[in-house]
Amino acid sequence: MSEPVFIAGTGIISAIGNNVSQCLDALENGRAGIGHMTCLDSVHKQRLPVAEVKLSNDELAQLACLPKTKSRTALLSLVAAKEALSNSGIENPAEWRTGFLSANSVGGMDKTEDFFKTFLADNSKGRLRDVVDHECGAVTELVADALGVKDHITTISTACSSSANSIFLGARLIKNDILDVVIAGGTDSLTRFTLNGFNTLMIVDEQFCQPFDENRRGLNLGEGAGYLVLVSDKVAATLKSRPTIKLSGYCNANDAYHQTASSPEGTGSFLAMSGALTKSGLQPSDIDYINLHGTGTQNNDIAEGTAIKRLFAPHYPKMSSTKTFTGHTLGASGGIEAVFSVLALQHGMVFPNLRLETPMKDLPFVPEKELIKNVKMKHVLSNSFGFGGNCSSLIFSKV
Amino acid sequence: MDEPAVAYTGNRLTCIEPEYKEFIDPKLIRRMSRIIRMGVAAAMECLKEADVKMPDAIITGTAYGCMEDTASFLSKMVEFNEELLTPTAFIQSTHNTIGAQIGLMLQCNNYNNAYVHRGFSFESALLDGMMLLKEKEASTVLVGAIDEIIHTSHAILNRMGLYKQGPVSNLELYNTNSKGTIAGEGSAFFMLASEASATDYAKLEGLHTFYKPTGIKEIEKQVSFFLEKHAVSINDIDLLITGKNGDAASDNIYDQLAQTTFSNGKLINYKHLCGEYPTASAFAFWLAANIIKQGKVPALLGQNNSAGAIKRVLVYNHYLNMHHSLFLLSAC
Repeated sequence: MSEPVFIAGTGIISAIGNNVSQCLDALENGRAGIGHMTCLDSVHKQRLPVAEVKLSNDELAQLACLPKTKSRTALLSLVAAKEALSNSGIENPAEWRTGFLSANSVGGMDKTEDFFKTFLADNSKGRLRDVVDHECGAVTELVADALGVKDHITTISTACSSSANSIFLGARLIKNDILDVVIAGGTDSLTRFTLNGFNTLMIVDEQFCQPFDENRRGLNLGEGAGYLVLVSDKVAATLKSRPTIKLSGYCNANDAYHQTASSPEGTGSFLAMSGALTKSGLQPSDIDYINLHGTGTQNNDIAEGTAIKRLFAPHYPKMSSTKTFTGHTLGASGGIEAVFSVLALQHGMVFPNLRLETPMKDLPFVPEKELIKNVKMKHVLSNSFGFGGNCSSLIFSKV
Repeated sequence: MDEPAVAYTGNRLTCIEPEYKEFIDPKLIRRMSRIIRMGVAAAMECLKEADVKMPDAIITGTAYGCMEDTASFLSKMVEFNEELLTPTAFIQSTHNTIGAQIGLMLQCNNYNNAYVHRGFSFESALLDGMMLLKEKEASTVLVGAIDEIIHTSHAILNRMGLYKQGPVSNLELYNTNSKGTIAGEGSAFFMLASEASATDYAKLEGLHTFYKPTGIKEIEKQVSFFLEKHAVSINDIDLLITGKNGDAASDNIYDQLAQTTFSNGKLINYKHLCGEYPTASAFAFWLAANIIKQGKVPALLGQNNSAGAIKRVLVYNHYLNMHHSLFLLSAC
C-alpha cells in the first residue's frame, strides 16, 4: 500500500485559458480571468464580477464533441478530462483498469435553473432534457461515457473541497489495487443558484478579490474544470516519458465548527495540512510552496493563515492564492489548483498572489506578490476547504 | 420487522418518520429540513446502538442530496428574480450537509466525505469505508445513504416515466407487469468496524459494482465473477435479496437471473417496503444485516422459514440497468 502514485497527465479549462499551456502563460504573465459576466445571465451582471471560461456553450460543445444542450458543467469537464488523458501518454486506457472520479457542487444546475422558470408556472411544462442531467453523478457519466471509461465511476461533492477529495480517492483506489489508471478532479460552471447563494451570505466581492489582504472583501466566483491522470508504478513504467511528479500526501479532516464558517483557529485546515505531511513522511520545512485555498473572504483567510502559522512557524514556505486568477471555482478548485501545483513543480515557479496591497496584520507571513522563476522545488502543498467544515490537503512531490 | 407490511396505494412511498427528539436536540430539529432530520436521526441511532461516540470517519451517499432546500432556494430565486433571498436553504442545500451536520453534532474532526453518484452513491461510500479499514486509517466508520422524494422531484420523475400511472398497491408491486415503479426514499446508516464484537450484525464479505452492462450475459458474468472471487457458489447462499421494483423491463433482468445464475436460490425482494430510489440498495443492505442477525427472514416478508438458519446473504440490485451492485454478507 505504500506504492507511489504518479501524475501522468494534467488537463484544465478555466477563466485564464482553455488548456494547460494557455493557463500557464496567464499565470506567468499575471493575467487574471475575472471580469464582467458574458455567458451567465443574472440580474447581478453589472455588480458582481466573475471568472468565466471565455467560450460559449456552443464553442465548448464543439471542443468537447457533446451536444450543446448539455450542462456547461459537463462540457467543461470533458474538455479538461480529454486533455488530461491525451497529455498522459496512455495510448489505450482500455488496457488498464481505468476509473473516472469527478466532483462538482451542483451538477447540471445551470440547465435546471432554466427549466425551473417554465416548470414553476406549470408543472407539466419545461423541457425534460434540461433536468435529465441534474444529478451531480449524471454530469460525471456524460463525461465518463464520452471517454469510454467504465471500470469505476463515482462523484464526490463536499462543496469547495470536492475535487481534492476525488484526487485523494484516486490515489487510494490505485494503492488498494482496484484501479491502475484514474482520471480524477472536478468541474463546476457558474450558475445563478450558486452566485445568489454566495451573494446571500454576503461574501462575494464587488471588486476583484484580494485574498490574504488586510482589506479583503470576499471572493469572486469562477468556473472551470481540472483533472489529473494518476497511475500506478506498473503503468508509469510503460509510458514513453516517465512521470516526474507523484502525489505523496493527502488528508481529509473536518473543522466541526459551523456549516459555512471556519473556526477562528482553523482546526480543520491545520488537521488536513498536518495529516497530509504525516502521510507523506515530510516535515513542514520540506514544503517549498503552498497553493492556498485563499478565497478572499474575511473568515477563510484568517482561519487558513492561523493554521499555517501554527504548523509552519517560524519558517514559512512561499505561498499564493491562484484564485486571484481563476476566481473560486468551487467543486473544480481542488482539481484546478492540483494542476497549478503540478505546474509549479514542473517549471520551478511560484505564481503570484495578485492584487495583494496590505498584508494581513495578524499574520507573520506575506504571500508572494510577484512571479518567482527558477525556484528549486521538491514539495508543494495544495489546500481546499469547504462548507460543512470539509478540509482537504494534497502534497505533490518530485520523484 | 415482525409486523405486517404497511399498505400504500399510489406511486409514492413516504418514510415513516420517528419521534426525532429521541435522537436530536429539539432546538436543532427546527432548523433542519426533512432529509437532514432523517439522515441525522438514523446516524445517531446507529452510533448509539454500536456504542461508538466518535467514529474515525463519516461517509454519506446521496443521489439527489437535500432537494427540499435546493428546490426552495431555486423557486424563490426564480420567483423573486434573484432578489430578497435568504441564505438558510442555500447553506443546507449542499450535498455534504448531512455528513457535516453529524460531524458538527459529534464535534468529530475526522475524515468526512460525501458521494453523490446516482445508483452508486451508497456503494461508493461503502467502498471508501471498507478501504479506510483495510488501510488501517480507521477502525470505525459511519457509512450511510439518504435520499428523499419531494413534490417537485416526484412530479419531474413522474413525467420522465419512472413511476406507475393509475392505482397501484405496494403489496402487489411484483404482479403488475407494467411500466414504471413506485417512488421511495429512505435513510440507512451502518457502523463498519475492523474488529469483530459480540453485538455485530454481520460480516461484510465483499462489494462489487458494475456500470451499464451490455446485456444479460455480462450481468451473469459479473455476478459469477463476484461469487468466484469470494469462493462461494450459489448453493452456499442461504438467501438472495434482489431489487425488483415492479417495472416490467427492470424486473426482467432479475427474472432472467432467477432462471440462470440464481436458479435454486431462495429469493426475496424488498422494494414493496421502501419504494425505488437511487440509494435503495442501502435498505437492502440493512435488511440483509438484520436477517443475518436474526437468522431468519422476518414475517414481514411473508416467507416460510422452514429452511435452516440464514448465514450467508447475497444482495443484488440494479438502478435503471445502469448501476448494478452486489453485496455479500455472512454471519459472524
